[in-house]
Amino acid sequence: MTKPLCGEDVARQIGEHLPDVVTEFDESAVFVPSKALFEVARFLKESLEFDYLTSISAVDYFEHFELVYHLTSIKYNHSVVIKTRCDKGEKGEKSVKLPSVVSLWRGADFQEREIYDLMGIAFEGHPNLKRLFLWEGFQGHPLRKDFRTFRTGLSSHLDKK
Amino acid sequence: MEMRMPVYSSSELDRAEGAEIEALMKASQEPYPDPVAWLEEDIRKSVLVTSIDYLLNWGRRSSVWPVNFGLACCAFEMIATAASRFDISRFGMELFRASPRQADLMLVAGTLTWKMAPALKRIYDQMAEPKWVLAMGSCAISGGPFRGSYSVVPGVNLIVPVDVYVPGCPPRPEALLHGIIMLHQKIAKDTYKKKG
Repeated sequence: MTKPLCGEDVARQIGEHLPDVVTEFDESAVFVPSKALFEVARFLKESLEFDYLTSISAVDYFEHFELVYHLTSIKYNHSVVIKTRCDKGEKGEKSVKLPSVVSLWRGADFQEREIYDLMGIAFEGHPNLKRLFLWEGFQGHPLRKDFRTFRTGLSSHLDKK
Repeated sequence: MEMRMPVYSSSELDRAEGAEIEALMKASQEPYPDPVAWLEEDIRKSVLVTSIDYLLNWGRRSSVWPVNFGLACCAFEMIATAASRFDISRFGMELFRASPRQADLMLVAGTLTWKMAPALKRIYDQMAEPKWVLAMGSCAISGGPFRGSYSVVPGVNLIVPVDVYVPGCPPRPEALLHGIIMLHQKIAKDTYKKKG
């Protein structure tokens, strides 16, 4: 069974090499600012040997977006959770930006595209940032909480009368 | 850090795909009317079902080959219908064709998304006449729980005309067989003249 590492331990190890980067931690996760995300990710991969990116998730909170990175070290059979927050940009804009980690973990490619597609978070440095599930020309990013009313004119026979 | 990046399709292809979906969406605002003219009372009384019709319809309904169009969980009920317990081959339908050119019936089993809709339309257009469509499950009938979603077609009758609707989520194989038998009855009442 993969052992989940305590956030405090990982935060301490990160702090030894990259001081003043970790803003917050709890027993399960380490919080880093989005500006330092790539540096922390590279440190985790190259020094702490987290060689496998399990998943990236995006959460839409009222005040901010939160990205959750689940990392696993296959070598040591343990895992860690890194979280980062980014401010919501202007409504409906592509202004929400984060550094891409595709150059560290290839597996991030489609996951970042999915997040871009459905949440509208642009990953800077992604080699091919375009929609994954929806088609070109689709308006908006549907998993955002501010996504509203998709083509209400579209109807079927059940809507008539 | 340098690394080799995978090669994707050019963005021109994506734009073409997007334009096709948008165009289909725009053209699919109204549902196709269900082909139910055979149900009308006056037609039933006035049309003489000849022995030619009887023979043709017997031939047509006795070996309705379905085209494989399993889109979601309904597909498993369709597979169960085809397998030994329910045994669709009792109706001469055991040949699920992978090619629309050899099929008479399109079993739309599952949720149709707008991204898939051009493919469904194309496969329907490639089928040879006479052809029938059976919408299986609430998603295919009306979008089901995903009606109003950003990605789901609210009813396949926006894309192709549907002959038989089989409700359920998903329908049991018995329900699908009932729908197929209804389709057989529908074919039996068809007349050669009307088609001509």
